[in-house]
Amino acid sequence: MINRSEILQTIAMIDQQHLDIRTITMGISLLDCADTDIDRSCTKVYDKICRLAGNLVRTGEDIEAEFGIPIVNKRVSVTPISLVAAGTGAQSYVPYAKALDRAAHEIGVNFLGGFSALVHKGMTEADRVLIASIPEALAETELVCSSVNVGSTRAGINMDAVAEMGRTVKRAAALTANQGGMACAKLVVFANAVEDNPFMAGAFHGVGEPECEVHVGVSGPGVVQHALQSVHGQPFDVVAETVKKTAFRITRMGQLVAQEASARLGVPFGIVDLSLAPTPAVGDSVAAVLEEMGLESVGGPGTTAALALLNDAVKKGGVMASSHVGGLSGAFIPVSEDAGMIAAAEAGRLTIEKLEAMTCVCSVGLDMIAVPGDTPAETISAIIADEAAIGMINNKTTAVRIIPAPGKQVGDTVAFGGLLGSAPVMPVNRCSAADFIARGGRIPAPLHSLKN
Amino acid sequence: MRAIVTVIGKDRVGIIADVTALLAQYGVNVLDISQTVLQEYFTMIMLVDAAQCTVPFADLARTLDEAGTQRGLQIRAQREDIFNAMHRI
Repeated sequence: MINRSEILQTIAMIDQQHLDIRTITMGISLLDCADTDIDRSCTKVYDKICRLAGNLVRTGEDIEAEFGIPIVNKRVSVTPISLVAAGTGAQSYVPYAKALDRAAHEIGVNFLGGFSALVHKGMTEADRVLIASIPEALAETELVCSSVNVGSTRAGINMDAVAEMGRTVKRAAALTANQGGMACAKLVVFANAVEDNPFMAGAFHGVGEPECEVHVGVSGPGVVQHALQSVHGQPFDVVAETVKKTAFRITRMGQLVAQEASARLGVPFGIVDLSLAPTPAVGDSVAAVLEEMGLESVGGPGTTAALALLNDAVKKGGVMASSHVGGLSGAFIPVSEDAGMIAAAEAGRLTIEKLEAMTCVCSVGLDMIAVPGDTPAETISAIIADEAAIGMINNKTTAVRIIPAPGKQVGDTVAFGGLLGSAPVMPVNRCSAADFIARGGRIPAPLHSLKN
Repeated sequence: MRAIVTVIGKDRVGIIADVTALLAQYGVNVLDISQTVLQEYFTMIMLVDAAQCTVPFADLARTLDEAGTQRGLQIRAQREDIFNAMHRI
């Protein structure tokens, strides 16, 4: 039998160290909802989501109660809408966003991802319409999330799309100016986007995925921080081992929940995403884990090395605990969603440039960063291009979720509420990239040998 | 189905009687109990068999949680699987 200290350890992890399942996400293919008539297609989309995910929230709550482990979010990801909508010939896909939003409200999930387009090599007419619809779609819906993949290691970077996304981010911010540019918090620009990501705002259900499946995203920076407190001052070998053991335990729990959810919902288990995802709650911070390793503040020298160790150890510990690992898998560093990151950014100890360096070794990218509202579209495009280049060259997923907060300056704070937290407006390098972005075209795919 | 029931709170007379009476009411059989009091804090861990439980297990867990709150205790019922998953390969 499990002994007393193990039981109390698990309870302490849940109670005091914020251990939770961050999300159960159901991926649903909408390819069979395509139609030449947009209204008919939207009805099919709504009906299919409600039919397949109708029990998702209830099932999640039951598992939560039975295992005594919080499942923070229940979500749905769908086939990129540009693929589903292509046959309609419509000039705006906002009706799809509204249908998705209605479905999300009906089934009770807190986000639905997949108002997306994959344009890393080039755009179809449908991709163009989708991207043009993003600002309005996000401004007029509450729960719909959008993502656009603009680059990949195999295809290079579509700089026309990068330029367009800079303008799209600005328009999305302007349309939601009274909410601090909230629409941008639901928009992710990717390079090397993954098809089975359960985390928002970047989740979509790729075309290589089955009809329907469930993914689980685990979390637990507080648990890792607590474990590291017990090896204070010891060498990095010990740090890495401690993180691995902790990640193993967290992931085993994720795997258990994933299997249980899959069996109850009668859909296949997809993947467990091994992530350390922070929340704004005190004691649930990735920054605090890095600082526990001996840094005075996240953002200072040593941060990238600490993050590299953490990210790698989380994966090493987690892979053995799950039969299928996927998604983004790694440590997330969203500024607005992490109390330690917010504090460091407010104090000027964490800059966008350092965050960019950190994204070379961590899970995703420049995430939930607020910048002054007057930041030009070309500068945002150039930041996206930099981040996509890191992903393209290093064969990893990178992303940008940036909020040019309308009317805000450095020193202001933008509050989004809930899990999205609040972001201090960070300074941006003011040198112009207008001529660079105006070129357009594609940055060719990199060599896959001669790696240095 | 086996589950672990943990009860944590300030010590007083009758906690065990209270909790086991609740469990009996729902047809839950206690297989093993261990209990200590540390600095006035009462911690009890019970291994129970909930196979004959008269309500769905999720409802039992919610009921115990509410009952605990009313009594100033944390009462948790969790399926044993979660502890096995975390601590055994």
